[in-house]
Amino acid sequence: MHLAVCIKRVPDTETRFTIAADGKSVDGTGLKYDMSDFDGYAVEVALQLAEKHEGSDVTVVSVGPDAVQETIRKALSMGATSGLQLRAADVPFDGFAIAQALAAELGEGKYDLILFGRNSTDSANGAVGVMTAELLDLPCVTAISELSIADDKGAARRELEGAAEIVEFPLPAVLTIDEGIARPRLPGLKGIMAAKKKPIEVRDAALGQPNLVIETMALPPERSSGRIVGEGADAVPELVRLLQTEAKVL
Amino acid sequence: MADMFAFAESRGGELRKVALETVTAARQAADATGGGTVTALVIGAPGIAGQAPALGRVGADKVLVVEHEALGNCLPEVYAATAAAVLAGGNFRGGFFSASAEGRDLAPRVAAKLKVSLASDVTGFRFDGDAMTATHPVYIGKAVVTERLMGTPAVISLRPSAVDAVETPRAGAVESTMPAMDPAAARVRVRETVAQKGASLDLGEAPVIVSGGRGLRAAENFKLVEDLAAAFGNAAVGATRAVTDDGWRAATDQIGQTGRVVSPDLYVAVGISGAVQHLAGMRTSRVIVAINKDKDAPIFKIADYGIVGDLFEVVPALTEEVKRVKGG
Repeated sequence: MHLAVCIKRVPDTETRFTIAADGKSVDGTGLKYDMSDFDGYAVEVALQLAEKHEGSDVTVVSVGPDAVQETIRKALSMGATSGLQLRAADVPFDGFAIAQALAAELGEGKYDLILFGRNSTDSANGAVGVMTAELLDLPCVTAISELSIADDKGAARRELEGAAEIVEFPLPAVLTIDEGIARPRLPGLKGIMAAKKKPIEVRDAALGQPNLVIETMALPPERSSGRIVGEGADAVPELVRLLQTEAKVL
Repeated sequence: MADMFAFAESRGGELRKVALETVTAARQAADATGGGTVTALVIGAPGIAGQAPALGRVGADKVLVVEHEALGNCLPEVYAATAAAVLAGGNFRGGFFSASAEGRDLAPRVAAKLKVSLASDVTGFRFDGDAMTATHPVYIGKAVVTERLMGTPAVISLRPSAVDAVETPRAGAVESTMPAMDPAAARVRVRETVAQKGASLDLGEAPVIVSGGRGLRAAENFKLVEDLAAAFGNAAVGATRAVTDDGWRAATDQIGQTGRVVSPDLYVAVGISGAVQHLAGMRTSRVIVAINKDKDAPIFKIADYGIVGDLFEVVPALTEEVKRVKGG
C-alpha cells in the first residue's frame, strides 16, 4: 500500500501564549514546536498499516517553511519512508487554500490512503482533510477511532455524540484520525539515526487564494478568579446556596 | 436583506438540539441583515417531515425535507451534495451547520463543493457588507481569533451551545425535495450504528456535567461522580484524559484538547487538578465548581466556586444536599 500522511507543525499548546505586536498572531519568541496532536495518531496508524501490508511505504507531507522539515524528520524517525515538503513562507489560516496545495500533489491515484489528523491544535478548523478529499473526489471518513483495511476495502468506527457508527469504504480514500485509536510511538535512537538518511523532497506549494483571514487575535477573556467557598463537607450547604441564588444553575 | 440556509441535524428520526441552535443562528443572521428568509434542510428516513414544525418555531420560513429509506443514517456524500445543491440553487448569503461530529464532517465538504472557504467552530458571527466576521477559539482555547470570511455563501459551522435556541415562530412551510445524489451511489456506507452504553445524556447536550479526575484514585470510585450526576437529574458524566487513558472510563467520556469540548451551564470538576489539556475542553462552561484537596490546584484559578477538601467526604455530602434541594 502507498500511504500518505499530512502533518502540521504547530506551537506546543502547553506554552503560555502572548499576542504578537501585529495583533493577529502569537508571539513566536521562545515557542517550541511539534507535530500537531492528532497528526501523531495519523502517523502511527499509517505505520501500523504499513507493517501489516508488506511492501507498503509511508510518505509524510507538510506544507510550510523549511522548519517543517524538522517535524517531517520526526515522523521519519518514527518509521515513515520519505518526506515531502510543500514549501510556503507561511501556512495560510484558510483550510481551503491549504487543501488546494495538497490536492495538487496527492492526486492521480498515487496513494491508496491519505491520512490526516482530525484537526490541528493551532488553527483548529478541521477543514483541510475533508476539503482535500472533495477536491480529489475521493471517499472520505472523518474522526476515526478504529480502522481495519483488507482487500482494497476499509471499515472504520466514528464516534458521534452519544453514539458511534461503523462505516465501510473503498480504497483509495481520505481518512481523518481521532484520538484514542493508537498511541504514537516514540522514535528510538535507531529510528532517529535512520531518519537522517531518508529523503525529503521539496516542492513549492500551489496554495489557493486565502479567503479566510485573521483580523485580530486576542487572549480569551480571563475567567474572573472565583472563590473558595470553604473547606471540607461543611462548605457544601453554602456552595449549594450559591449555586441556587447567585449562579442560578440549580 | 439576506437569505440564510441552515442544515438541521437529526438522529433516529428526531431533531438534535444543535438543529434548533443552527436554525436560530440563521434566523438571527437574516434578521441582522434586515430580515431575509431562512431555509432549513432536514434529511432522514420517511417520517422526518414531522420534525418540520419545530424548525418553524425557531425561525425557519421554509423547511426543505428529504425523505428516503436509505437516509436514516447520515451518508455524508449524499447529505453534502444535497446541501450544496440547495445552497447553489438559491441566493443565500450564509450557510449554517453545527460544529457537531456530523456538521464538522459535512460543512467542509459543502464549502469545497461550492469552492468557498469555511469558518469552522465559530462562537459568534456578524455579516458585514461582502464579508462575514466570526470569532473562533484557536490554540486549544488559549487564544481567540476574529476572522474575516470572504465569498458567498459564507459557510459556517457553529460551536454547539454557542447560540441558544430561541422561539421566533415563522411559517416553516414544508417543501419536499429529492436528494441531489442517488444514495445507492454513495461510496461510504454505514454498516452499523452503535448506541453508547449507559450514556442517557450526551456531554454536548447536558446542562450539567460532573467530571472526575485522578483524584478519585480508582475506577470504582467513579460511583461518587455518577451518584452526584444522578442527583442533579440532568447531568452527564465526563472524565479527564488521565482517567480515560487508564481505562477507568470510555475514551468517549474524555473532556479536553483531544476529547470533547463542552460548555454546560454547570461543570463540576471532582478530583481534577486542571491540566491545560483538560481546561481546553471545559473553560467556556458558564459556571465551574471545583472540589480538590490541593488548594493550589490550577482548577481553582478558573473555578467560580471551589471547595478545598477530601472529595470522598465532600462529594457524598454534595450529592445529599443536591437531592434535598431538588426534592424540595
